[in-house]
Amino acid sequence: MKFMLDIVTVTAISAGAFFFLAGTVGLLRFPDTLTRLHALTKADNLGLGLVVLGLLPQAGSLRGGFKLICVWLLVLLAGATVSQLIARAALANEANGQRGRPRTRARQDGSPT
Amino acid sequence: MTIAAALETVLAALILAIAIWTIAARETFAAVAGFVVYGLLLALVWVRLEAVDVALTEAAIGGGLSGVLLLGAAARLRATETRAVMERPDKILRLGAAILSATVAAGLAAGVLLLTDPAPTLASAAATNAAATGLGNPVTNVLMAFRATDTLLEKVVLLLALVGVWSLASDRLWGGFPGPRHQADPLGALAFLARLLPPVGIVVGIYILWAGANHPGGAFQAGAILAAMWLLVMMAGLTDVPPVSSRRLRLVLIAGPGVFLVVGLGGLCFGTAFLAYPVASAKPLILGIEAAMTLTIAVTLGLLVAGAPERRDGQ
Repeated sequence: MKFMLDIVTVTAISAGAFFFLAGTVGLLRFPDTLTRLHALTKADNLGLGLVVLGLLPQAGSLRGGFKLICVWLLVLLAGATVSQLIARAALANEANGQRGRPRTRARQDGSPT
Repeated sequence: MTIAAALETVLAALILAIAIWTIAARETFAAVAGFVVYGLLLALVWVRLEAVDVALTEAAIGGGLSGVLLLGAAARLRATETRAVMERPDKILRLGAAILSATVAAGLAAGVLLLTDPAPTLASAAATNAAATGLGNPVTNVLMAFRATDTLLEKVVLLLALVGVWSLASDRLWGGFPGPRHQADPLGALAFLARLLPPVGIVVGIYILWAGANHPGGAFQAGAILAAMWLLVMMAGLTDVPPVSSRRLRLVLIAGPGVFLVVGLGGLCFGTAFLAYPVASAKPLILGIEAAMTLTIAVTLGLLVAGAPERRDGQ
């Protein structure tokens, strides 16, 4: 049983590390902010998810495992929000730089602010 | 070489590289990004050294709040950035700076190299007297009991730093609201996060304070987390920072050092020395001080990031 769990751990963490590597390559190689964000968030979320999955059998207690899952969920939430904000800022910058217009695209839903 | 040793070597090399890169970076924003990464990697080193308390503080303060403070400074400097990069100080100034830096580096290196081996330590004394307070975390023991005066003075220094930031306000704006009023899309991602995360963050902050009695954690780490939650809500525009003339705000600011001082003077009047806790109630007293301190630290750190008063009204 222990051996099987160790195999699960090694497999999942290796897969997670691969996604981190792929995400980093994407971050370095992709041409603009939006595609780089795409590479980063997909790889980050999936990579960390797999690492957490791999660590679960080693957590030792239910509480430890629960904490690990909470860490993953919090990173998912923070990562998704930050990439939204960066993407909006990038779009706003683009609109600013290319057409010399004030920042309007950051608030596409037209809500009063 | 074991895997752990290899990991530590790579970590140390990475930190050195990031440190050099941070110093060499010409752009302020890039240097700040480097500094944040440096803080986070340093937190990993503290974990490897089994100093989890320090790691938590380093991640929260070195990587988090200092990063936000420096980012704010970088944003304010952006207008003059290109001119500053073009400017080159004259030869004498650069030579002086080089000599000064080299002297400091040499002094630090000598200090480390001349340490006796094993280094002088009070760790065993702290460990043998741990039972005196009823707390299981030796770091909290040292911070709140054995060297409580240092901690008290530290908190006063934090207040002085805030007074320093506030004193940058012009006379006309004194008593006004710190920093700009943040605006964000009320239906956007940031406002969503600022509604979703604070309940979680507040629970985590209180947990870290409570766990600090027996495990890594404590007032500073908890305060930093609470400050981050407050800042998130402020930056999403969901609430405004109170004006610096607010009496309630100022009461919270002095609550931590105030309670600390009262307990300390109590020790002087009824006990043996300043900050001597009665053995029976040492733990509740320390936790009480830490609870007040957490609030003060959270508000102080939040206000440090918010900045000097810039507005007279809430707009």
